[in-house]
Amino acid sequence: MRALSALAVVATLTAGLAVWSAPAMAGKAFVSNERGNTITVVDTEKWEVITEFFGGNRPRGITMSPDGRKVYVCASDDNLVRVFDADTYEELPSLPSGPDPELFILEPSGTRLYIANEDDNLVTVTDTETRTVLAEVPVGVEPEGMGMSPDAKWVVNTSETTNMAHFISTEDYKIKHNVLVDQRPRYAQYTADGTRLYVSSEIGGTVSVMDIAPDGTPSLIKKLTFEVPGVLPEWLQPVGIKVTADGSRVFVALGPANRVAVVDGNSLDVLDYIIVGQRVWQLDFTPDEKFLLTTNGNSNDITVIDVAREKAIKSIQVGEQPWGVVTQRNGGN
Amino acid sequence: MQLRFSSLYAAIVLVFAATIASAIEVRTAVLRVDYQTQLPISRFDYIPEDVGFAGALLADEDNSTTGSFLGHSYKTLTRATTPEEAEAALRDILEDGIRLIVVLADQDDLLRLTDQAAQADALVFNAAAPDSGLRSDECRANLLHTALSYGQMADAVAQFALWKKWPQWLLVSGSNPEDRALADAYRHAARKFGATVVEERMFEDTGGARRTDSGHVLVQRQLPVFMQDTKAHDVVMTADATDYFAAYLPYHLWTPRPVMGSAGLRPAQMHGGHEAYGATQLQSRFEKLAGRYIRDADYNTWMALRAVGEAVTRAETATPEGVRDYLLSEDFELASFKGQGVTFRPWNGQMRQQVLLYDDRVTVSVSPQDGFLHQHSPQDTLGLDKPESNCTAFD
Repeated sequence: MRALSALAVVATLTAGLAVWSAPAMAGKAFVSNERGNTITVVDTEKWEVITEFFGGNRPRGITMSPDGRKVYVCASDDNLVRVFDADTYEELPSLPSGPDPELFILEPSGTRLYIANEDDNLVTVTDTETRTVLAEVPVGVEPEGMGMSPDAKWVVNTSETTNMAHFISTEDYKIKHNVLVDQRPRYAQYTADGTRLYVSSEIGGTVSVMDIAPDGTPSLIKKLTFEVPGVLPEWLQPVGIKVTADGSRVFVALGPANRVAVVDGNSLDVLDYIIVGQRVWQLDFTPDEKFLLTTNGNSNDITVIDVAREKAIKSIQVGEQPWGVVTQRNGGN
Repeated sequence: MQLRFSSLYAAIVLVFAATIASAIEVRTAVLRVDYQTQLPISRFDYIPEDVGFAGALLADEDNSTTGSFLGHSYKTLTRATTPEEAEAALRDILEDGIRLIVVLADQDDLLRLTDQAAQADALVFNAAAPDSGLRSDECRANLLHTALSYGQMADAVAQFALWKKWPQWLLVSGSNPEDRALADAYRHAARKFGATVVEERMFEDTGGARRTDSGHVLVQRQLPVFMQDTKAHDVVMTADATDYFAAYLPYHLWTPRPVMGSAGLRPAQMHGGHEAYGATQLQSRFEKLAGRYIRDADYNTWMALRAVGEAVTRAETATPEGVRDYLLSEDFELASFKGQGVTFRPWNGQMRQQVLLYDDRVTVSVSPQDGFLHQHSPQDTLGLDKPESNCTAFD
């Protein structure tokens, strides 16, 4: 009991320290450049490139530890997850990922990393502390999108050729639900309250909206479609999705349509399309949710969207073929 | 306690019932007719023994993975035969109860087998024959095409040439019926998109062995002479469906110009070097299974069986009518690893699809090209559009 309360004090202190130190630190965004094999670091106050460093071979999925100190990168052609110090950019020991890791999701505690192995029809569960593989979960053909419920009880994987969202229980690593969605599902995103899940289908051109029951059971309620005058429907290819913390706005990257759709999270109406760079795939908010960053693979830049105004305000050149983006939470150390 | 038992029992019954209702055993066949043909010019193009069949194997794996979540199972029988024995081979397949059949054969055999299959209400997928007639006057209600037509191939190349602003073509064609049919497609493409065939030459197929020691010495002397004194042109379009001369042309012209069509920049449904649009995963899955690079026949077969898989997954049907209705409906779409989904044309059963343009190593471009517009789908700028097809079997 004494040990437990001591631990709680440490946890409180750490949390307090993180909150206190955040405003003093310049925010950073890390962008994986698939072709350039680099990670570009962007200052999210001055909107300038700080540096660019080697990120492994074919870096795609990118995320950070909850304390903001480590950057995890799916180095697809190295068949591992590379780890970098978020402040010094030095490379730390890598994590086993299984073959061809493309996207992953880290549980909120920062321990278990769930990795989609695109080439092997598997989701690999890796312990970030012991750097060992805890489980391999067989899923559909070409797993890619990875989402996690806010209570960390469910991991959702999308398989691009099977065209399903697989709901994996994090207790026993077994698939409990499968929901058929449209062609080539790329990304899965829960709302912060966990009551809804959005899944994008790149070739189908839709976003499947599911309501999530308290026990985690999904039910498909709607498929969002998109329409932009002057853009061929074939090029409206939804990929990355981000939802504001209050669930009121859903942003959907539309790939070669070079736009991000703005969706009303309540009415599920598409409100607007924001023009960004070319072939927009992944998105991330800054921690204060004031800005949304987009990776534009064919114009080698990221676009900064002012979330409140729903307008693109700036674009920043990064490395070759930017793929993923993550912003630093908690300001690092 | 009593109550608990009965609700548990009810739950078991429900789960059991759900499994029964959705369990579908899908049986399909691939029938390949093999012909006595001359060797290809390049030994890179020797036809592997499992051509087409390996695509079926991959489709079975892909469909079965999806099926494992839904209680569907897939099994494809593969059979190679000769033109003489094809009818008997198909009879065996039909007697086995299989009604979804992929056929790899030339136009005449395909039609004969399709009509035989129609007697048993079976649905046939053409995974090899490119002839335009099959998509027009000679179409059949029970015949869908995953193979590209000559028209789709020629239009794909033509659009690229025009995107490059190379509208003056010198058309060099072979003398065999297939070569002439392909040359027709290039002439049609020129008219359709506003290019000009400034001059035509025919390279006579005089027969003889394709493989001769130091044959290149003669080629190097003879071909440039054959290609001199032409009208001014931007590109050399080649129509050599039977593969006996075009591959030699690129470096043996009189006037240095790019070669397209049957050599140089070539249309393909899929090739082993294609990586964009997630195709790397298709390639590595295929190569793990087959131990070689994918070929058009494999990809076409894979697409036909994947289309069947989509019908089973989404419409829960494996009957020939059910599959046909679903595939021709607005609901069907299949990811193709070429950037856009593929669908079937409801007027002639041809699969709409992107065409890769490659130089034997990399994907140079993908047609349709930007700027070639269509009121329905840009993919309908390639091949026979509805008003151009005389097919009435789908009305």
